[in-house]
Amino acid sequence: MSTATQTYDVTLKVNGETHALSVDPHRTLLDVLRNDLALVGTKCACNQGVCGACSVIVDGTAKRSCLQLAVAMGGYDIVTIEGLEAQGELHPVQQAFIKEGAIQCGFCMPAMAIAAKTLLDENPDPTVEDIRHGLGGNLCRCSGYVKVIEAVLSLSEGK
Amino acid sequence: MVDPNANIAPLRDPIGEAIGSSAPRLEAEEKITGTAVYTDDMTLPGMLHAAVVGSDYPHARILAYDIDAARALAGVKAVITGEDLEMAPVGQMIKDETALARGKVRYIGEPVVAIAAVTLDIARAAARLVEIEYEELDAVFDPEDALKADAPVLHEERSSYAAVFEMPEHPNAMSYTQYKEGDPETAWNECDVIVEGVYETPAQEHMYMEPCSTISSYDRTGKVTIWSSQQSVFRVQALVAESLCMPMSDVRVISPKVGGGFGGKCDLTHQPISVLLSRATKRPVKYTLTREEDMMTTKSRHPCKIYMRTGAKKDGTLIAREGKFYLDSGAYADEGPEVATVTAFFSRGPYRIPNINTETWAVYTNKLKASAFRGFGNPQASFAAESQLDEVAEKIGMDPLQLRLKNALKTGEHWLGGQRVEVGSLADCLEAARVESGWNHKIGGLSAPPGKRRGIGVAGMSHISALMSSSAMVRLNEDGTATLNTGAVDIGAGQHTVLAQIAAGTLGLSLDQVKYGGPDTDSSPYDFQTSASRITYTCGKAVTEAAERVRELMFEKAAKMLECDEGDLELGVGGVIGIKGVPEAKLGFADIAGFSLFVDGGPIMATHSWKFPGEPFDPKRTLMNGFVFDAIGVFCFGAHIAEVEVDEASGKVEVLNFWAAHDVGRALNPGSCDGQIHGAVAQGLGYALFEEMLWDDGRLVNPSMMDYKIPGSMDVPFEIHPIVLEQPEETGPFGAKGIGEIALVGVAPAIVNAVRNATGGGSVKKIPATSERVLRAMLERGD
Repeated sequence: MSTATQTYDVTLKVNGETHALSVDPHRTLLDVLRNDLALVGTKCACNQGVCGACSVIVDGTAKRSCLQLAVAMGGYDIVTIEGLEAQGELHPVQQAFIKEGAIQCGFCMPAMAIAAKTLLDENPDPTVEDIRHGLGGNLCRCSGYVKVIEAVLSLSEGK
Repeated sequence: MVDPNANIAPLRDPIGEAIGSSAPRLEAEEKITGTAVYTDDMTLPGMLHAAVVGSDYPHARILAYDIDAARALAGVKAVITGEDLEMAPVGQMIKDETALARGKVRYIGEPVVAIAAVTLDIARAAARLVEIEYEELDAVFDPEDALKADAPVLHEERSSYAAVFEMPEHPNAMSYTQYKEGDPETAWNECDVIVEGVYETPAQEHMYMEPCSTISSYDRTGKVTIWSSQQSVFRVQALVAESLCMPMSDVRVISPKVGGGFGGKCDLTHQPISVLLSRATKRPVKYTLTREEDMMTTKSRHPCKIYMRTGAKKDGTLIAREGKFYLDSGAYADEGPEVATVTAFFSRGPYRIPNINTETWAVYTNKLKASAFRGFGNPQASFAAESQLDEVAEKIGMDPLQLRLKNALKTGEHWLGGQRVEVGSLADCLEAARVESGWNHKIGGLSAPPGKRRGIGVAGMSHISALMSSSAMVRLNEDGTATLNTGAVDIGAGQHTVLAQIAAGTLGLSLDQVKYGGPDTDSSPYDFQTSASRITYTCGKAVTEAAERVRELMFEKAAKMLECDEGDLELGVGGVIGIKGVPEAKLGFADIAGFSLFVDGGPIMATHSWKFPGEPFDPKRTLMNGFVFDAIGVFCFGAHIAEVEVDEASGKVEVLNFWAAHDVGRALNPGSCDGQIHGAVAQGLGYALFEEMLWDDGRLVNPSMMDYKIPGSMDVPFEIHPIVLEQPEETGPFGAKGIGEIALVGVAPAIVNAVRNATGGGSVKKIPATSERVLRAMLERGD
């Protein structure tokens, strides 16, 4: 593998801001978010698309950023955990996670919040089964998921 | 069982609302906004990136290195082998492991060459250019094989290693522990039923979500600062210094946020590699392990093979137990001998079994070393022991929960070695779980949908909480708030939060009036490690004592200020001290701070330090050969009941409901307590049903999250029911003791016992109880 490769221009729109970058084509969106844009809230835990800790929102859908090539991500509306708060106010999902005691070591939690937000955007009144399914792509080793599910339930419309 | 002669302060009542509050983590908002800083999130100016070349062979001599091409690659700043630097072997009990391999390699993936470069890609490209000439040696992968006379020897120089205890004779035997009480040879004659079996438990991977990561940075005086994901800044400091032959005063360790540990980040996880590269390049060096590297080169839980026999009377009285435990400890000792001691210690379980003889070996094999992991040898012992209790119950036709109740240790009775059970709450845990789960009307049989079988199973458990030393410093700030400093690392279980709650509860402050600082070896008081379910109990006790001393000092000043006797004063809520019965005579903490800082006496602060004393073992009562520590903690008890559904065609097990009853002494933060139970049950469920590291000729076959699955939200029931009992532990902070590990210990046997119940006797003796193994057990039963 060559260590000197041609870079390609791409403009990424992240959390409402545009960034004109020139990146190696093999670099993932996760790598560029963390190392070029200093958005370190999105985490690398497996780097192979299994655990979900790298989840970001791309045009409204949760995606694994370790499976996206940065050069292919121009033209999309990307939202990371840093973009969930607005005007200094935490997103209701973030508030619920804190209130219900869902957060332990916290490493999976930015992605879990992303998954919970996209789940609720699509289904504002999820059942426990809907939530277990919706969070099924996000692994957590600390919490056993119970309080995470309770946090999402607390935001469910039918509560 | 604290040493009755130890000087432990009396149990006090907390003041205010902090104790018993399910306060979210102090750092919850940082974590949920992505602003919490974990080691890999950090960048320092001029920072380089590390890559490591690992061994290709499970056992080989290193003959030659060719690192010229790697060194010549543009952007590479250092390429270092074990021959290039002064290293000393380290290990908690046996000093057998160096920072890089030297002379030989003992497991596939063992770090051999370390590289630092300006980018991670260049470092990894350089790693691929390194060529190492090996002479392959015969390897051994099974502990019983490793103990044979003609087995390949991993550590030929073993006699030159410093060890804290006397190692057994066989060169591959890391430790041997025997535990004998009563008259185990003849006791079998009294037994009406005897059950015998062979049980196997797997190597489990911690799979903390945050891979191990270290950044090291030398300053111009020769001192290195290390930021690392670890479970003890003081252990990393001591071991880095020892490993790289440098004075401890030249090593400073700071803990960023830690994304889980579970024992896998105890002691060292390759921090010396980052340090030696920083020393060679005079630049900061970050070494973040890939998930594959983390799984291949840090540590796992000990796989264990157990030969066990239990005998009882037909009325259910347990009479005798015999066991041989072979713990596959891998290539290096790390905490292997301690795990073996704990396995031996819990080989009887929390029951009255008067005659016992168990032998436990920790054995060197050419695989990844096994070491600390939540439960620390107890899950292995408990899987076999709790399975055998159900087998006894089945043979005598007794309700398995009733069998456990009949034999459960009570307060005042004695553990192994004669240590007194101060709060014998196992029976209460079993009863609480029985009632909550509806056991009585489920044990006779559960209806299930077509093609499925349902069943219920129980396990009793015990564990310890405490050990080693902790200290704390509490300072009164000028504004009347308090700052707490301890060396305790928060690995995600809420250690910092509960310690702040303890300080607040001692001083009557609200939680937001207590600031938490640390841990940093330069400025924090010593704490051994976040492990052994010890922080709430051991460090928390130091916090109560330091805070109580601050109260005494404040009373001295307040008495002067209010012109009364100290005995007339009382601590109020929210940071006030007043005269009893005189509501107008009141001072805020800020008033007292101001008085002390500017008028009389100086800054108000106090420290406390202690080492858990523990009651010594009684050698006249029990033969305990090879135990590497004695004072290992106060006893904790618990009971688990699992309700499962088994698919008749595939053998797949789903856990429908799980009840976990635990006596925690006092739930200082009930929400955190529940969270620990949920998480431990989930991790135990993985251990029970599908987690297993697999090796083929010494190569780890599944070093990825793709091929080693941990439980996801679809695997873990939402219906996990923590049942928290509070029977005060007199020596703990406000009566509290630990919960972190014990809640994992009984999960696997509870589930496997439920599978036995569901399938009318299908007995899985090797976990994880994968679909295939359950199916085979059902077929063997002849259904």
